[in-house]
Amino acid sequence: MTNWPILSLITFLPLIGAAFIFVFARGSAEAVARSARWMAFWASLITFVLSLFIWFNFETGTADFQFVEKYAWFPDLGISYHMGVDGISMMFVLLSTALTPICVLASWESIKDRVKEYMIAFLILETLMIGMFCALDYVLFYIFFEGVLIPMFLIIGIWGSGSRRVYAAFKFFLFTLLGSVLMLLALIAMYLQAGTTDLVGTADAPGLLTYGFERDLQMWLWLALFASFAVKIPMWPVHTWLPDAHTEAPTAGSVILAAVLLKMGGYGFLRFSIPMLPEASEAFTPFIYTLSVVAIIYTSLVALAQRDMKKLIAYSSIAHMGFVTIGTFAMTQQAVQGAIFQMLSHGVVSAALFLIVGVVYDRLHTREIDRFGGLANTMPIYAVVFMLFMLASVGLPGTSGFVGEFLILVGVFQVNTWVALLATTGIILGAAYMLWLYRRVIFGRLTKEDLRSMADLSPREIAVFAPLVVLVLWMGIYPSSFLDVMDASVANLIDNYQTALAAADPVDVARR
Amino acid sequence: MTPVPDLFPALPEIFLALAAMALLMVGVFQRHDATRMVATLSVLALAVTGGLVLFVEGDATVVTFNGLFVVDGFATFMKLLVLLGSALAIIMSLDFIEREHMARFEYPVLIVLATLGMLMMVSANDLIALYMGLELQSLALYVMAAFRRDTLRSSEAGLKYFVLGALSSGMLLYGASMVYGFTGATGFADLAAQLTAADGASIGLVVGIVFVAAGVAFKISAVPFHMWTPDVYEGAPTPVTAFFAVAPKIAAIAMFVRLLVGPFGELVAQWQQIIIVASILSMALGAFAAIAQNNIKRLMAYSSIGHIGYALVGLAAGTDAGVRGVMVYMAIYLAMNVGTFACILCMRVNGRMVEGIEDLSGLSRTNPMMAVALAIFMFSMAGIPPLAGFFGKLYVFMAAVDAGLYTLAVIGVVTSVVSAFYYLRIVKLMYFDDALEPFDRPIGRGMGVILVGTGLFTLFFFVAPASLVGAASRAAATLFAG
Repeated sequence: MTNWPILSLITFLPLIGAAFIFVFARGSAEAVARSARWMAFWASLITFVLSLFIWFNFETGTADFQFVEKYAWFPDLGISYHMGVDGISMMFVLLSTALTPICVLASWESIKDRVKEYMIAFLILETLMIGMFCALDYVLFYIFFEGVLIPMFLIIGIWGSGSRRVYAAFKFFLFTLLGSVLMLLALIAMYLQAGTTDLVGTADAPGLLTYGFERDLQMWLWLALFASFAVKIPMWPVHTWLPDAHTEAPTAGSVILAAVLLKMGGYGFLRFSIPMLPEASEAFTPFIYTLSVVAIIYTSLVALAQRDMKKLIAYSSIAHMGFVTIGTFAMTQQAVQGAIFQMLSHGVVSAALFLIVGVVYDRLHTREIDRFGGLANTMPIYAVVFMLFMLASVGLPGTSGFVGEFLILVGVFQVNTWVALLATTGIILGAAYMLWLYRRVIFGRLTKEDLRSMADLSPREIAVFAPLVVLVLWMGIYPSSFLDVMDASVANLIDNYQTALAAADPVDVARR
Repeated sequence: MTPVPDLFPALPEIFLALAAMALLMVGVFQRHDATRMVATLSVLALAVTGGLVLFVEGDATVVTFNGLFVVDGFATFMKLLVLLGSALAIIMSLDFIEREHMARFEYPVLIVLATLGMLMMVSANDLIALYMGLELQSLALYVMAAFRRDTLRSSEAGLKYFVLGALSSGMLLYGASMVYGFTGATGFADLAAQLTAADGASIGLVVGIVFVAAGVAFKISAVPFHMWTPDVYEGAPTPVTAFFAVAPKIAAIAMFVRLLVGPFGELVAQWQQIIIVASILSMALGAFAAIAQNNIKRLMAYSSIGHIGYALVGLAAGTDAGVRGVMVYMAIYLAMNVGTFACILCMRVNGRMVEGIEDLSGLSRTNPMMAVALAIFMFSMAGIPPLAGFFGKLYVFMAAVDAGLYTLAVIGVVTSVVSAFYYLRIVKLMYFDDALEPFDRPIGRGMGVILVGTGLFTLFFFVAPASLVGAASRAAATLFAG
C-alpha cells in the first residue's frame, strides 16, 4: 500500500483532462474535434488504468474502508473531504472508469457537433460519478450525487437525437432534483441529530452508519432518502423520466445513464438507507417488495409493446432494477451480493445493448423495430454480439445476467416465497421481449432495400464491444473474482443490520 | 455642553459623506463630461471606505453618538458586501451610461450617497438613526430609477418606486412611533432591555412591530409587499436595476436582521410567524411567477423575490446559525446577481439593448464564454451543487431545520425545484436552441473582469468555503454576544 491519494487522483484526473481540452483544443473546427476526442480518450483510459491499481491492491478479507483520505473542509460544521472504498463501492468505481473510455470511443463518429463541449461534459460526468462512489461524507456524496445532473442535462439536451429532447432533459432534471432536495433535508436532520456528516466516524464519535436514530425519526428520514433513490434507480411509479431520457439521449449518454447513473440509486439504498436506518428499512421492506414486483411485471409488459428499440431496453432496465431493489432489501448474504452483482452485470449488459442500438442508429438514423429485419444476412458479427448481450439480459447461464438474478432469487426465496415467485415471472417476460426483439431485428428475410447496404461492425466498434464481451463472459463463468471482493463488506452490512434490529426490538427478533 | 462624541467608529461613513460632497463639487466645476473621472474617483472612495471599515473594526462591539451608531463584526461584514456591490455597480454601468447618452456625473455620486445611507442602515442602533439611513438611501434610489427622465418607462418606474417607497417609509415610521409610544424608547439597547423585562409584549407594541416589519419588507421586496419590484426592475435603466438588485437588498436585510434579533430578540414568538409567512410567500411567488416572464429583467425581479424568501428562511430561525446563513446567502447572492446582470448588460444587438429572454437563444454558439458564465449563475441560483448557490441554501435550511421549522424547510426546497425550471429555461435557450443574431462585442474590459471573477467565485466556492463562512460565523456571533 502506498500513501498516494489514489482515489482523489482517479476522481479528479478526468476533470484535469477536461481542463486540458478546454485550454488546449484549439484551431480549426476539425482540429478541435480531433484533439478533443483523443484527449478525452487518453484521460479516461489513464483513469481506468489507475483504477485497476485499486482493484489489485484491494484487500478482500476486510469490511473496512480502504485507500482512505480525509481532510477538513467545512471546519465550522465538521464536514470533511473524506474518501474511501469498500467491497460494495469499489466495483462501481471500476464500472464507471471502465465505461467512460468505451463511451468516448462510441461517440467518436456519431457526435459531430460541438465535440469539445461534449467531451468536457463527459469527463466532468466521470469525475462526479467516481467521486460519488468514493465519498464517505454525506455532504460530499450529495454534492457529487446532484452535480451529475448538470452535465447529464446538457448531454441529453444538446446532443440528444429526438424532437422531445428538451422535454426529456427537463423531466430528468426536475424529477431527480425533487427527490434529491428531500434527501438534502434528511441529510440536514441527520447532521443536526448526530453532529456529523461523516459516515464512518471516529472511535469515540460514531459516524452516521452506526449512529442509530430513533425509530420515528428513521421513518421520516427513510422516506426522504427513498424519494431520492427511488427516482434515481428508478422504481415504479416514479420511473417515467427514464424511457424519455433514454430515447432522447445520444447513445453514449444512454450508456452512462443506464450503466452508472441508475446504480446510484441502488448504491444509495445499500450505503445509506439500510445501514443508517435499519428499523425503517425493515418496516418498509414489504412496500419495496410490492413496488418492485409491480415494476418487474408491469414494465416487462410495457417493454413487450414498444416499437422503439431504445425504449424497450429502457423499460427492461427498470425491470432489472426491480430485481436489484428486491435483493437489496431481502438482506440475506446471497440476495445482497446478487443485487450488487446484478447492478454490475446490468451496467455492462445494458451499456452494450444501448451501444448495439447505437450501431444501427448511426447507419440508418432510426430505432423503429419495424424498420429492421434480417440483419443477420448483412451484419453477421453484429448479430453474434447482439445475441450474446440479448441472452445476458435474459439471464442465460454462462453470462453475467444469470448469476445476479439467480443469487437474488435464491436469497429472496428464503425470506419471501411469493415475492420470489412473482419476480420469476419477470424473467420469463424478459426472455419474451428480448427474444422477440432479436427475432424482429436480426432474423427473417431481408426485405428492406436500405438494409442491404448496411456495413458490419467497423474495427472501432469491435474495439468498443470486445471488452464488454469479455466482461460478460468472465462475470458469468467465474463470478467469484467479483463476489469475493464484496463478501466481507456485505457480511458486515448484514451483521450490523441484524444487530441494530436486535437492539431495537429484542422480543421480535427472538421470535423469528 | 455635551462632549464631542467618539467619531472614530463612524470614520468610514464620515469619509464617504465628505467624498460624496467633494465629488459633487468636482462634477460641477469640471467644464465638460466629468462622468468617467467622477466614477473612477467614486470607486476609489468606496474602496477606501472599505479599508476604513476594516480599520475601525475592533475586537468588541463599539457604540457611539449616544448609542445611535454601532460597529460590530456583523456591521463590518455587511458593509463590505454593500460597498463591493456598489463599486461593482458603478464599474458595470460606466460603458452603458455613456453609450445610452445618460452619462451625467450625478450618476456615480448618487450611488455613493445611496451607499452612505446603506452603511448607516447597517450600523443604525436606534429607530431614528435607522430611518435617517433608510431615507438617504431611498431618496437617492428614487432619483436613480428615474434617471432617464426623458423616457416614459424610466420616469414611470421612478414615480412608482417613489410613491410605494414613501408609503412603506411611512408605515415604518408609524410602526416606530407605536413602538416608542408603548415603550418610551427608540434606542435598540433600551428596547432590548425593556422587552426582556416585560412578560410578553403589549398588543400595541406588536402592532408597532408589524408595521415596522411591513415597512422593511417593502424595501427587501418580500411578498406581499413586492408589487413594485418587477415594474421598477423592468422600467429602470439596466445598470440601475443591477444596482437595485444587490446592494440595497443586502443593506435592508442587514437592517432587518439587526432589528429583529436585537431589540425585538426576546419577542421571537411574535415576529417569527410574520417572517415565516413572508418567506413562504416570497419563495412560492418568486418560483411560480417567474415561469411566465419573457423579459429578463422582470425574471430577475421575481428571482430576487425568491432569493429574499430563502434569506428570510435563515432569519425566521432567529438563531446564531440562522443569521450566519443569511450572511452567507447574501454574499453568494451578490456574486451571482452581479454576474448575471453583467451578462444582461452585455445583451446588445447592433448597438441596441435587448431584454427578451428569447434573445439569449443560441448564445453558446455566438458567445460561448458568456454562455458558460451565465449557465454557471443559473445553475447556482437553482441551488445545484457544487456551485455556490447550493451552499447558501444549505446554510439557511440547516438553520431552519435546527430551529424546528420543518414545514418551512420542506416548502423551501420544493419551491427551489420549481424555480429550477425557469433557470433551466435560460440554459436551454442558450444551449439547446438555434442561434439568433449575435450580441455586440467586445463587452469591455471591466465587464469581462467582473464576469470572470464572479463566475470563478460561484464555480469554485466549494474549494475553500472556510474563509467566507468563518467570517460570517464570527460576525453573526457578535450580534448575539450582548
